[in-house]
Amino acid sequence: MTEPLDGFPGRSYPLGANPSFSDLVRANVPTFPPSDSASTTVEFPHGTTVLALKFDRGVVMAGDRRAIEGFTIADERIDKVFPADETSAIAIAGAAGQATEIVRLFQTELEHYEKVEGDRLSMDGKANRLAQLIRQNFPMALQGLVVVPLFAGYDERRSEGRIFRYDATGGRWEEADYHANGSGSLHARGTLKKRWRPGMDLETATRAAVEALYDASQEDVATGGPNPLRGIYPSVRTITSEGVNPLPDDDVKAAFEAIIGGSTEASKEHGGSQARETQDQT
Amino acid sequence: MSFQPYVPPEQLIKDRSEYARKGIAKGRSVVALEYADGLLFLAENPSGTLHKISEIYDRIAFAGVGRYSEFEDLRISGVRLADLRGYAYGREDVTAKTIANAYAQALATIFTAQIKPYEVELLIGQVGDQPGENELFHILFDGSVADEKGHVAMGGRSDELTEAMRTAYQEGASLAEAVRAATGALSSVEEKPVEAPNLEAAVLDRNRGRRKFRRLADEELATILEGSAS
Repeated sequence: MTEPLDGFPGRSYPLGANPSFSDLVRANVPTFPPSDSASTTVEFPHGTTVLALKFDRGVVMAGDRRAIEGFTIADERIDKVFPADETSAIAIAGAAGQATEIVRLFQTELEHYEKVEGDRLSMDGKANRLAQLIRQNFPMALQGLVVVPLFAGYDERRSEGRIFRYDATGGRWEEADYHANGSGSLHARGTLKKRWRPGMDLETATRAAVEALYDASQEDVATGGPNPLRGIYPSVRTITSEGVNPLPDDDVKAAFEAIIGGSTEASKEHGGSQARETQDQT
Repeated sequence: MSFQPYVPPEQLIKDRSEYARKGIAKGRSVVALEYADGLLFLAENPSGTLHKISEIYDRIAFAGVGRYSEFEDLRISGVRLADLRGYAYGREDVTAKTIANAYAQALATIFTAQIKPYEVELLIGQVGDQPGENELFHILFDGSVADEKGHVAMGGRSDELTEAMRTAYQEGASLAEAVRAATGALSSVEEKPVEAPNLEAAVLDRNRGRRKFRRLADEELATILEGSAS
C-alpha cells in the first residue's frame, strides 16, 4: 500500500505515514514555499517587541500591538502572540505576513501530527519542528523577510513551563528564565533582568511583562506603548497546565496603571525620561 | 504477457463483494447515533490504542470497521486531505461531504482496479450547529455512499445491530442515555454484556470549542453505564 489513494494527497515517506504537514504542503502545493526571487523594495509590515517569562505556574507571553511599514504605523492593534496548540504558544517578531504564515503552518503542523499519530508531540519535538520551519524560511530571511519567534509551552511530561528562542537561521536555544525578541527587545530584556525573580506569581509576572513592553515602547519607535485613550493594551497570554489563555484586558490595564503610578512618583524624585518629557513640554 | 481467462463483470463484482463482506463480517461493529449535543460513536474495541474512531477535522470524525491496516490507511489520507483543504482555503470549507466523496472515489477505484478490494466500511460524521444539521455518511467497500439520519450500525453483525438500534434509539437523548442505548444494542447483538474497558467511545460535541471531537475515557463510560444498573 505505498501508492497514494486516488483523489487524496500523496505521501513521501520511507515507511508508514509521514505525520508532517509542512512536508505534505511542499509535496502537493506547487507554489509553496513562495519563490525567493521576490523583490524586497516593497514595504511590508514588521511586528516588533515580544517577550516571554516564566512564573510559578508556567509562562507569561506578551507582545506589543504595533506593526510598522517603514516609518508608518501599519497597525496599532495586531496580535503577535498566538496559541500553537492547547499547551503552547508562539510570539512573533519580524516580517508580519511571513510570520503569520509560519504560525498558521506551525499550528496545522502540530494538529496534523496529533491526528495522524494519535499523540501530541513532545515539547522538544515541537521546538525542533519550529526550528526547521524557520530554517526553511532562510532564503526569504536573506531578502529581509526575517522571522524570529519565541516559543513557549507547558511541558506536561516535566510539569513546567519552557521557553525557546530562535534566530533567523533556525538556531534554537532554550531560555532558563525569560527572553525578549524584536526591535525593542534590548530595552525589554533590561527591564526583565531587573524585575524577574524565580517563582514569581502571575500578577508580578504580568507587571514585569507590561513594564518591559512599556520601557521598550519608550525607547523604540517601532514598539507600541499602551494607549488608554483608545483602549489598546499589550496582548498577554498565560501558558499553564490549564492551557493557553489570554489575560483579560482589565488585568493588563491594572498592571499598566500600577506601573504608571509607581514610575511617576519615581521620576519626580530622581528625574528620568518621563520627567524630562514633561519639562520639555512646559 | 499472459492471457487471463474471461470473467463476466457480474461474476467479478459478485466475487469481490463476497470477499469484502466476509472480511468485514469477521470484525466487530461500530454504531453512530445522534444525541442532544451532537454525534456519538461507539465501538467494541478491547485495544486502548488501536482506534476505530478518530478525529478528522474540527467538526468531522471517522469510524472504520474491517481490516485495521486498510481503514487506518484511509483515515490518514482523510486527515491529509482535510488539513490541506483547511490550510489552502478556510477551516469551515472542510466538510464531511468532501471527505466522504473522496473516500467513495478511492474505494470504488480500489474495488475494481486492485487485486483485492479493501475489506472496510467507513462512517464520516459531521456535527452541525443545530441538532437537525448533523451529517452521517456511510461508505461501503465498493465506494457506495449512503447519507444516514439518526443512527447507523456497521461491521460484523450490522443487520442485527441496526435492528437493535431501531428500538433503542431515541431522538434528542442526552449523552448518558445515548451511550446506554448504544451499549445495550451492542451487548444484545454480542449476546454478552459489553464492559467499559472493552468499549471505545467518542463524541462530536457542538458545545466544545473549535475541535468538537472528544474521546470518552473508560472511567467516564463506566460511570455512565453504572448509572443504568442502579
